[in-house]
Amino acid sequence: MKQDIILAGVGGQGILSIATVIGSAALEYGLYLKQAEVHGMSQRGGDVQSNLRLSTEPIHSDLIPRGTADLIVSLEPMEALRYVPYLAPDGWVITNTVPFVNIPDYPPMESVMAALNQLPHLIALDVDAIAKEVGSPRSANMVLLGATAFCDFVDPERLRDGIRRIFGRKGEAVVEANIQAFNAGLAFAKNQESL
Amino acid sequence: MANKQLLLGDEAVALGALHAGLSGVYAYPGTPSTEITEYIQEHPLTRERHIHDQWTANEKTAMEGALGMSYAGKRALVCMKHVGMNVCADPLMGSAMTGANGGLVVAACDDPSMHSSQNEQDSRFWGTFGMMPVFEPSNQQEAYEMTRAAYDYSEENGIPVIMRLTTRMAHSRAVVTPSDDIRPQNELHYPAHPKRWVTLPVNARVRNRELIECYKQFEADAAASKFNALTDGTDHSLGVIACGISYNYLMENYPDGCPYPVLKVSQYPFPRALALKLAEMVPTILVLEEGQPLVETQLRGVFPTATKILGRLDGTVVRDGELSPDDVRGALGLPALPTLAPSQVLAPRPPALCQGCGHRDFYTALNNVLKTEYPTARVFSDIGCYTLGYMAPFQAIHTCVEMGASFTMAQGAAYSGTWPSVGVLGDSTFTHSGMTGLLDAVNSKADVVLCISDNLTTAMTGGQDSAGTGRIEAICAGLGVDPNHIRTIVPLPKNYPDMERVIREEIEYHGVSVIVCRRECIQTARRHASKK
Repeated sequence: MKQDIILAGVGGQGILSIATVIGSAALEYGLYLKQAEVHGMSQRGGDVQSNLRLSTEPIHSDLIPRGTADLIVSLEPMEALRYVPYLAPDGWVITNTVPFVNIPDYPPMESVMAALNQLPHLIALDVDAIAKEVGSPRSANMVLLGATAFCDFVDPERLRDGIRRIFGRKGEAVVEANIQAFNAGLAFAKNQESL
Repeated sequence: MANKQLLLGDEAVALGALHAGLSGVYAYPGTPSTEITEYIQEHPLTRERHIHDQWTANEKTAMEGALGMSYAGKRALVCMKHVGMNVCADPLMGSAMTGANGGLVVAACDDPSMHSSQNEQDSRFWGTFGMMPVFEPSNQQEAYEMTRAAYDYSEENGIPVIMRLTTRMAHSRAVVTPSDDIRPQNELHYPAHPKRWVTLPVNARVRNRELIECYKQFEADAAASKFNALTDGTDHSLGVIACGISYNYLMENYPDGCPYPVLKVSQYPFPRALALKLAEMVPTILVLEEGQPLVETQLRGVFPTATKILGRLDGTVVRDGELSPDDVRGALGLPALPTLAPSQVLAPRPPALCQGCGHRDFYTALNNVLKTEYPTARVFSDIGCYTLGYMAPFQAIHTCVEMGASFTMAQGAAYSGTWPSVGVLGDSTFTHSGMTGLLDAVNSKADVVLCISDNLTTAMTGGQDSAGTGRIEAICAGLGVDPNHIRTIVPLPKNYPDMERVIREEIEYHGVSVIVCRRECIQTARRHASKK
């Protein structure tokens, strides 16, 4: 098994919290893992991505070759589009639909959504709204992770365990809020697929 | 299993150093090296063993502190980004002449593709230049093991070892299995060769000849190193030399094993003996190296050779930037994989100053004065978050070269007739390399306005302690700036009229003015607030 995931977003959105949970789950599974992160200047509101690779076999490159990523997981719709050349032809894009507009020339949302809808496999969701709905407004990232879990790359229960490990020191309430958000994201993705 | 840890390459180096019996880390923050020191600062062994772990004023003081520790027989680590090597070049080159007593490792993190840097210089050149060994791990496990090995090598051979990482190695996480064997720290003990440590010509001439001989041994050691390996292949039409992490990009393209003979290189001086063996096996050699073509240049003479050499210089590999599996794929002549077309609906998203950042308010006030009242003004800036003042909507600065260049370039321009000549740097850059330039300005009575945009931290790298926090005005006064022309302002929109008045007054004063513009970085302020 191998899963190559590109996590995308804008510096400051916190894509690394998603990577941390997946990494923790993968480590418990005994999977090989490589996770290239972005630190430094881009974290100041620039485009950021993280290459996350999981495999039952040893992994060579820290970077994912073009045309091979199984998943693009993005906290921002236009940022999902930035990495499309890395996506495998049968890969999935799971993205937040709420734009993060910190540039003057952000393209019209209709064009962004139209481009996303042309992709072969898309799950698009408003992670902030869903997080609020389930009473976990600060856990939008975990909604996105839940939707990603729909692709079954790691057993969702292992990811919940990862959430428990990562957020455990912040207390039971924080863990529960994140689990709720995760479940809501997963349910949304399942529901969207069955439509 | 329980022992396995998910570590950044930087963290693997840090853990390797801790397990090798480290007594002190000396560093100035710089992407992508910062996490080495941060990991050591957070590690329980550091408190348990009283390991020295404070940020230094700059890379030169870091290197010197570590060299002093090595002199006293302890194991020390120096960490910096590639351009920091320029700042510490004097003690670095000197340390090859003194040699190491306690193990001394210099971690230099290069940034090819300039993700967060002003150039892409390759730190391996310092090894050739100073006659020092260079270790370049290809993965995180190797980063851990090679750091431990580097300390032993440093002590056995009495030489500092440069540990070279590049961005992808430094900032990529993988599972590392550390050793259970945690070595004790060294006892205080002084050098067996005391003359080396006084580099008077009479001693240095002797040492130089000795070092030239040592360097031959370093190369022989590299040829025999377990971190370097020549493996045969089934297809002898091509041989590949893969340095550091480029080895991974090579292997990524051959899931079932590389058909060509491969020379993997992670320890330098470049082992020419192994390259000669490879050349006996194949007519053509492709050189893959992250950074500048160091190995390729060493292989490629002026005179033609029987072996054809491919690499960055002949265009087989892209000439600049960091490598990727795709670049290597192209260089190997493999067809590109099918991809979806790049999206047409994309706008670039460059980094920007945070909303609410004090630098924003400083630049707004500065622009309000200069753009209308002093259109001939030039603003010399520096390295830090505030360099983003170059971007729209501010477009407030004209130069950014290296740490400290703002204050000194402003003086050169002032003496050439520029007026107003304004320097802008941050508090951490000021104590790193700006203070000496300010002393020059005082001594030459330059007509300059030097601004310190003080956010009480080293912000760009994530908020490390800044060496002069709380003492900026005192330092300026101590260097001889007239206290009447050390002005402190608080950058907030409501203060624009006051800020603009102060800027105007100091431009009209024809001498050295320092304007300290102080408000805490909003990132660290948020963190401090959430801790409370």
